[in-house]
Amino acid sequence: MKEQGRRDFMGMALGGFTALGGLGALYAMKRSWDPLPSVKAAGFTTIDLSAAQENVLNIEKWRGKPIFVLKKSADMKADDRDVVVGSDRFHVSIGLCTHLGCIPAYLPGEKIFRCACHGGEFDASGHEIFGPPPSPLEIPPFKLEGTTIVLGEEGPEFIKMKDAGLIA
Amino acid sequence: MAKFDENARPFSEKWLDERLGVVTLKKVLSTEYWIPKDINFLWAMGMVLAATFGLLLISGIFLLMYYKPDAALAFDSVNYTIMTEVGYGWLWRHIHGVGASIVFLIIYIHMFTGIYYGSYKKGREMIWISGMLLFVAFSAEAFSGYMLPWGQMSYWAGMVITNLFSGGSLEAYGLVEWIRGDYVPGDAFLTRFFMLHVLLLPLVIIGLIVLHFGTLRLPHVNNQKGEEIDFEEAAELYKAGKKKESKVIPFNPVFLSKDVFVMGVYFILFFYLVFYHFDFAMDPVNFDPADGLKTPPHIYPEWYFLWSYEILRPFNKDLGLIAFGIAQIALFFLPFIDRSPNVAPAHKRGLFNIWFWVLLVDMIVLTILGKLPPEGIYNDLGLVAAIVFLLLGPALFVITKMEKKI
Repeated sequence: MKEQGRRDFMGMALGGFTALGGLGALYAMKRSWDPLPSVKAAGFTTIDLSAAQENVLNIEKWRGKPIFVLKKSADMKADDRDVVVGSDRFHVSIGLCTHLGCIPAYLPGEKIFRCACHGGEFDASGHEIFGPPPSPLEIPPFKLEGTTIVLGEEGPEFIKMKDAGLIA
Repeated sequence: MAKFDENARPFSEKWLDERLGVVTLKKVLSTEYWIPKDINFLWAMGMVLAATFGLLLISGIFLLMYYKPDAALAFDSVNYTIMTEVGYGWLWRHIHGVGASIVFLIIYIHMFTGIYYGSYKKGREMIWISGMLLFVAFSAEAFSGYMLPWGQMSYWAGMVITNLFSGGSLEAYGLVEWIRGDYVPGDAFLTRFFMLHVLLLPLVIIGLIVLHFGTLRLPHVNNQKGEEIDFEEAAELYKAGKKKESKVIPFNPVFLSKDVFVMGVYFILFFYLVFYHFDFAMDPVNFDPADGLKTPPHIYPEWYFLWSYEILRPFNKDLGLIAFGIAQIALFFLPFIDRSPNVAPAHKRGLFNIWFWVLLVDMIVLTILGKLPPEGIYNDLGLVAAIVFLLLGPALFVITKMEKKI
């Protein structure tokens, strides 16, 4: 009986320390799979908006993701998600379908974005209008500096959109 | 200490048996592992799969010698170095590509054979479950391998499949970025999937193959009539020389020689594909290097994933993910959903026969629709086929509950 108690204690002590070491190892493994600091510290992207033409989609790159920049033409509906520079309105978004991340194509004739992967469609303001996408195209953090836009930094216009719940 | 015969010649059978028990081992695993006589060529698919896995392993070892797991170098190491510079590099690549595709064809035949003959029932549940685990492991192995050439299809398949882990409205993008090690599939993503493909998943697969063989040993393989055979009695008859009267044959050499014949036929087809029709396993889109700023106009998975991909597609994001999740795990529960007491081929089981063929046809329809663009009538057909698939689970429960004992 006494022998059994000693054995149980030793078993539990060994098991406890092994579990502790196991948890530590699991944490180390989890951290090894994390994005590297060099990946996380991705820089900022600056885009000059003054050269943009109406109804022509420009695709820029930010943190490896495509960024849509579309200068709206007069017949396109104004939207609270538009980036306004002087009298011009721009649609700026992360160009990945909110369904599963393919890049939708812009169809200038119909003035919509259509995703080839699962048939989702978005209007020129990035609102989902057909298919599986659950939300509008996401707006990246941006800051306006004259006619240029800096991605990765939260300017007052972005914060206003974010507070209104409009970014995605 | 055990007794050792001083006079046994080193490495003779007796010498080895005294040290390793090889005689017992040989009996248990081959010469006295009994297989029913009443079977057909579909019973050879297990060994055909084992042989195909062997080919994948050998061709993979040679590809590994020149492949470079680096986002900047991977594409050229496959399409330039291996394909044009390495002597017979094309052979290993085509064996590997064709093998990866054909192995799924055989897996599906193997699975549907099991379903048709009720080989997942009564004492054989663990055979089915370990087989399903192998199917999942092979799927992960195929997906991770598809990333490695780092072409457009690799990149965008990686993008879409890892995005599934965001869980729809759960928006778990932190988890997605953790899996990728980056905001988008990049170098960290490629190297970790390389590790999975060449080490961790093959280890898991080899372990599961051993388990799958192990699960067969006690319940034995099923036969064409689902007859319950007294294996000990039948084995005695066979050993007494009454081979005609006995219902069984030993795995080795009798059953294996039949297997080898089927394998021979299979390998003629296999190497015909490797030498003359390897292109069916090589998507032309994947011969464009990965480009994170350009989605190919029409992306789709390899044919063996199309049925489950089509279940994802016709619904909105959340419902699609739930339907997809159910489709992935539903088949695991087959032995417990089927309430019928009968172990018999489907054509003897009334409504179950219809259920079986509906399942087979529905999966073929889903596969075809998965390849077509998501437009117009295809969307509606896809929705119907996906709903039929989801309803087959509850339908099986009801059908088999009503089934009378035969």
